[in-house]
Amino acid sequence: MTVVADGVAVVDGHLVVERAGFRLDLRLRVAPGEVVAVLGPNGAGKTTTLRALAGLVPLTGGHLAIDGSTLDRPATGTFVRPERRPIGVVFQDYLLFPHLSARDNVAFGPRCHGASKQRADEIAQQWLDRVGLADLARRKPRQLSGGQSQRIALARALAIEPALLLLDEPLAALDARTRMDTRAQLHRHLAEHRGATLLVTHDPLDALVLADRLIIIEDGRVVQEGDAATITAQPRTDYVARLVGLNLYRGKGSGHTVVLPDGFGIAVDDTVDGDAFVAFGPAAVSLFLARPDGSPRNCWPATVAGIQRYGDNLRVELTGPIAAAADITPAAAAHLRLETGQSVWAAVKATETRAYPAR
Amino acid sequence: MTGPRAPADVLVPAEAAAGPRRGLGVRAPAVLLIPAGLAVAFLVLPLAGLLFRAPWSTLPQRLAEPGVLTALLLSLRTASLATVVCVVLGVPLAWLLARVRFPGRRVVKALVTVPLVLPPVVGGLALLLLLGRNGLIGRYPYQWFGYSIPFTTTAVVIAEAFVALPFLVIAVEGALRGADDRYEEAAATLGASRFTTFRRVTLPLVAPGIVAGATLCWARALGEFGATIMFAGSFPGTTRTMPVAVYLTLETDLDGAIVLSLVLLLVSVGILVSLRDRWVSSA
Repeated sequence: MTVVADGVAVVDGHLVVERAGFRLDLRLRVAPGEVVAVLGPNGAGKTTTLRALAGLVPLTGGHLAIDGSTLDRPATGTFVRPERRPIGVVFQDYLLFPHLSARDNVAFGPRCHGASKQRADEIAQQWLDRVGLADLARRKPRQLSGGQSQRIALARALAIEPALLLLDEPLAALDARTRMDTRAQLHRHLAEHRGATLLVTHDPLDALVLADRLIIIEDGRVVQEGDAATITAQPRTDYVARLVGLNLYRGKGSGHTVVLPDGFGIAVDDTVDGDAFVAFGPAAVSLFLARPDGSPRNCWPATVAGIQRYGDNLRVELTGPIAAAADITPAAAAHLRLETGQSVWAAVKATETRAYPAR
Repeated sequence: MTGPRAPADVLVPAEAAAGPRRGLGVRAPAVLLIPAGLAVAFLVLPLAGLLFRAPWSTLPQRLAEPGVLTALLLSLRTASLATVVCVVLGVPLAWLLARVRFPGRRVVKALVTVPLVLPPVVGGLALLLLLGRNGLIGRYPYQWFGYSIPFTTTAVVIAEAFVALPFLVIAVEGALRGADDRYEEAAATLGASRFTTFRRVTLPLVAPGIVAGATLCWARALGEFGATIMFAGSFPGTTRTMPVAVYLTLETDLDGAIVLSLVLLLVSVGILVSLRDRWVSSA
């Protein structure tokens, strides 16, 4: 994106990894100090991306350079082994060495980079201080909680002062409460990290809180890229729409109407022509027992396919001419006596929709 | 965190691993119970007979005989040396078999297990043909230095190591396969060379497996008879190990053979139990 001016990117790569039934093809630039989140469903290639950057999986095509030096370029046979890359990794389940104390885990990297035992211990102690775990230096990993392990793993990866820090689902292994605290701390540490950071996650909240920029991948390809505001406002695939909690449709726009492939027309406020997306939030959908009258509304008969708790509200999955999710209050649900299989009328105001070109 | 677990089964008895199963009331059918009982009797009765027939009254004098202590010390020394040889050579081989894909790996793996099924006497003969004065390799130290390997303590160690090495390799390879190799990836991302990773991460992770393998290996070396007598003979003090001494003493003195056997039994069981206790307490 625009933040990355030419020549100052830490990471400059075109990652191509091909194996049976899967192809990752991802162009990637990350600037110093920038935090990029790679978001995608399971099997999209998130972990492969991370492993290719770390050198744990060789590229089969494309290239990767960090700080201007080429680490992997199959065409010329260049491949730099993981231990020679300026990259730190925080693994999903941390992989703290079980036989080493917290301090020795953190000192492991500096030791391998040529620091004396004493110097490595000093560096480790500093990092333990920074993550607030100095008093647990002698503990073995099995004596640490999940949140503590996560912080030790972060300290261990940062102790080698990597040009690029990789985080694999950094908060996925934590319970909800620990997660919030750890997320805030992680945010602070990433802000202090002068190198580039790339994290892969399937949790949109982690991505939104931690990252400056999101890259969303599906089936090994980038489907959308940009800052959080752009992506949440204008999702471009069903996955992204679900991720940010929007109903999303694609059709042909002409003026204030977008006609979906099956002929269903949606009235919109924006003016669009040609291939276009229409998005609206579940809260914008109202449900009625009988067809509502008046007002320039989108209105269609639907069937309740499922009802789930969603925060303080209920999320109602609707089938019909278009599939949609509607958020309604429990009071409204009680008034409508909603149950699965029931027929209702759904309505969305044109002013509550957003329409934007698909190309 | 799944530690290397496979080798534990070697040393931890099955009922300890399975845990208490009270209340499930699994009644064993007689078809299984009878042969199982026979198997236990088959294993225990000979040893009980040994204890029963032992000349307890003259035991102290017999133990004090110089030949007994000499043979015992020689056995302990050679078995330990053979174990060291096996660990030094076998752990790298096990690592190679478990971690590196190279052409002919299956063949190497099969070859490693050959001494396991080969009659030790045949192994001893093969060693003699290779390392004897006229052997393919053995002729050179003899021509150059006048040194002949067979019928020396070195030969005992070689024979024992030959027979015991597969035990170590198989146990350690199993431990390596059971260990999570992503720890090695983590070490690599921290800048550890492959050897540093092996030394500081892989070895500590599979240490219990190596201990288990070395124990088996040592026990096998301690009991080695066939290859030893073929390749090293039976010279008191240099090549007459305990098993060889048992066999030779039996021809003239049954009680003496029983005493030697008792000592061997006691030493091997003692070592196994002490190692197992350490293992169990650390688990």
